[in-house]
Amino acid sequence: MELAIKNQSTRNKIHPKKFALYASCASIVMLFASLSSGFIVRQAQGNWVEFGIPNMFYWSTACILGSSLTIFLSYTFFKKNATSLYKLFLVATLILAVGFCVSQYYGWLEIKEVIGLPLGANPSADFVYVLTMLHVAHVFGGVIVLFTALFHAFYLKHRVTKTRLLRFELSMIYWHFVDFVWIYLLIFFIYNQS
Amino acid sequence: MATKSVLAPEDILIEELGYEDHFHEHHEDDKYRSNFFSTYIFSMDHKMIAKQFLVTGIFWAIIGAGMSIIFRLQLGFPEENMAWIKPLLGKWIVVNDAGIGSLAPEFYYALVTMHGTILVFFVLTAGLSGTFSNLLIPLQIGARDMASPMLNMMSYWFFFLAGLIMFLSLFLSTGPFSGGWTAYPPLSALPQASDGSAGGMTMWVVSLAFFVVSVLLGGINYITTVLNMRTKGMTMWRLPLTIWAFFVTAILGLLSFPVLLSGLLLTMCDRGLGTSFYLSEIFIGGQALDHVGGSPILYQHLFWFLGHPEVYIIILPAMGLVSEVMSVHARKPIFGYKAMVYSILAIGFLSFIVWAHHMFMSGVNPFISNFFVIFTLIIAVPSAVKVFNWITTLYGGNIRFTSAMLFSIGFVSMFISGGLTGIFLGNSAIDIQMHDTYFVVAHFHIVMGIAAFFGMFAGIYNWFPKMYGRFMNETLGKIHFWGTLIGSYAIFWPLHYLGMAGVPRRYYRFDSFDTFSHFATLNKFVTIAAIVVFALQILFVINFFYSIYKGKKMTTRNPWKANTLEWTTPIDTGHGNWPGKIPTVHRWAYDYGKDGKDFISQIKPLEEGEVEVH
Ligand code: HEM
Ligand SMILES: [Cu+2]
Repeated sequence: MELAIKNQSTRNKIHPKKFALYASCASIVMLFASLSSGFIVRQAQGNWVEFGIPNMFYWSTACILGSSLTIFLSYTFFKKNATSLYKLFLVATLILAVGFCVSQYYGWLEIKEVIGLPLGANPSADFVYVLTMLHVAHVFGGVIVLFTALFHAFYLKHRVTKTRLLRFELSMIYWHFVDFVWIYLLIFFIYNQS
Repeated sequence: MATKSVLAPEDILIEELGYEDHFHEHHEDDKYRSNFFSTYIFSMDHKMIAKQFLVTGIFWAIIGAGMSIIFRLQLGFPEENMAWIKPLLGKWIVVNDAGIGSLAPEFYYALVTMHGTILVFFVLTAGLSGTFSNLLIPLQIGARDMASPMLNMMSYWFFFLAGLIMFLSLFLSTGPFSGGWTAYPPLSALPQASDGSAGGMTMWVVSLAFFVVSVLLGGINYITTVLNMRTKGMTMWRLPLTIWAFFVTAILGLLSFPVLLSGLLLTMCDRGLGTSFYLSEIFIGGQALDHVGGSPILYQHLFWFLGHPEVYIIILPAMGLVSEVMSVHARKPIFGYKAMVYSILAIGFLSFIVWAHHMFMSGVNPFISNFFVIFTLIIAVPSAVKVFNWITTLYGGNIRFTSAMLFSIGFVSMFISGGLTGIFLGNSAIDIQMHDTYFVVAHFHIVMGIAAFFGMFAGIYNWFPKMYGRFMNETLGKIHFWGTLIGSYAIFWPLHYLGMAGVPRRYYRFDSFDTFSHFATLNKFVTIAAIVVFALQILFVINFFYSIYKGKKMTTRNPWKANTLEWTTPIDTGHGNWPGKIPTVHRWAYDYGKDGKDFISQIKPLEEGEVEVH
């Protein structure tokens, strides 16, 4: 849906859509902030099984950090009119995104089977499940966005227009944002020893 | 379009000084009003969406208030035969062998729960902020519409969906959720805990999840619009107080509603996935459950982290409306405009660090309580600043006692009465006695329930002409006001005494307790007052709908002689709000009685030698 009031909005430095995206990110931050403070409150009350985070989660980290890099490269090549590199790095981003989701799944299996804490066994693991699953849900949103971007890359003629630039930027900001949330969660888990 | 037959003075000024955004060259109108559906149902026009929020809010207010009448009948007349409402309530009225019908106790709890949920979320959040943020933000800041009309429309439809699900839950065989509007575990987290905890609770959560989506979509839009779409000259310090209030309200919603979602997410995990976030060592029917190690207090933290900002999400828009209405009808600038803005900001900030005052009696550490006592008492300061400024705005004013103005004054009265009892409750030592008694019920109904309704009524009477091009009946409006003012005090004043005597809230009947049975007459009195007040609201609803079609027609575009931009639009405001250019703004919104002039619209440039206020 186009913003109805184009002329008015161009008077401002930041595009309203971008601003709206930042506002949504702030709201998502609250979601994770509240659950992680719940984690701390609950941890302080004892009956809490400590465990180290599954190794798989480091693979997830590699995937999502890599994907932030590739989407940035893709964006750069999009601006430079380098069509094939633009497409290549966008595809790479999607592959890494899928890699992230898959490694998350194996991470959960690791907690369940190797560490031995299935869902419901102890709140310490339950919090990890809930936080990471909630995060993956947000990553799924990003994957849909990536699919749209790929659709545009392969079905539209490569032209650097204002609208497409904005669209790309919005997708990239969101993608960096879910990346950032993941890094936050990872550090949070390591720091709090789960 | 700008070449309509006779140009009003406002149009001439806008044509001269406004700026051209080529809006009407895009034929946006066609897209917005092409057929019945895009005009009335899936409308993306902010004015139509505002009306949708309002009418839906009125619908829910009738349902919610109707429920309170039924449970008040139970409290006031526990022995009376209730068989006559069996056709409406069905199996929830239990008829004994002697043919005497009484309200099923479980259903009493369901009614109380639904009443709270509906009024807090559907009426005073969506119906109030949804209506007026939508109506006034674009009109008063000089924008064609919201930043994203599409998200705006979705915000309404998510609200509608939330309402639909809650409504359907009323018809479950196990009944709707019945564990209180705060949905504390274990009643909310164990499906087998009570009838209402089964399907009713699931639907409650799903409904609220959609509701949160609606609030977030709306809020993102309001914030973006206020920050990015103001017309030329409309600096933040020239915004009417309504806009400041809606703006801060939206920020509060954006930061607090996700936390409710987190809390409910964990509830759902406990219900369905076998986790124990909130549950610990519970016996049901003599059987110990598997759940160990959970903490119900955790839920209370998450809930009240939303819950307290939520009460300000309800009251801030009302404050904004009242400030505006009061200045216009007292023909005086609002007293201490900047202090009002800073108070709104301070209230908004403080509302995030007082939540545990709802948990003084939940076993939180007394040292932590002290922290919350202090900030709770500090929040009374900006609240008092606002009250002071309203009174000084009235002082020496050339007051027009219209219905809108009366409700604004009534708002201040209610806010003072209810705010003062808040200071009692905010002291953790006094709260030991008062917590979970009728004192709390009296406190929040006066300060939030009635006050917010008064703000909403002030807004409706004042902006009805802008919405429907007609006036509401003033005589009925005044009857509505005086009856509601006296009636509301008659309902809630006595409840303070019940509370001080220790009468607990959420009890099905009191006549079986020796300690409380002597309040029977008082309870009857309260119930009768509630019925009278309910009847007066029906009068309002009749006035509202009658006036849409038959009210006195608006003949000039600025009937209240107000300064804000919405009154510079044509009586029949089309899509895009201004038929030609967009007006530019040259002064703040409160130039009333300045330099001997009754009022000076925001679109009028400063005259030579004129000094701008503040
Ligand atoms: C002057 C500032 C205020 C103070 C110091 C204050 C203090 C308190 C305290 C301490 C409680 C908890 C009582 C208990 O459960 O034992 C309470 C309950 C409540 N307050 Fe206030 N309050 C203030 C203003 C407001 C306002 C402006 C609103 C709404 C617009 C409001 C709405 C509520 C509600 C809804 C509850 C009860 C919720 C429930 O338990 O169901 N209060 N207040
Ligand atoms: Cu509170």
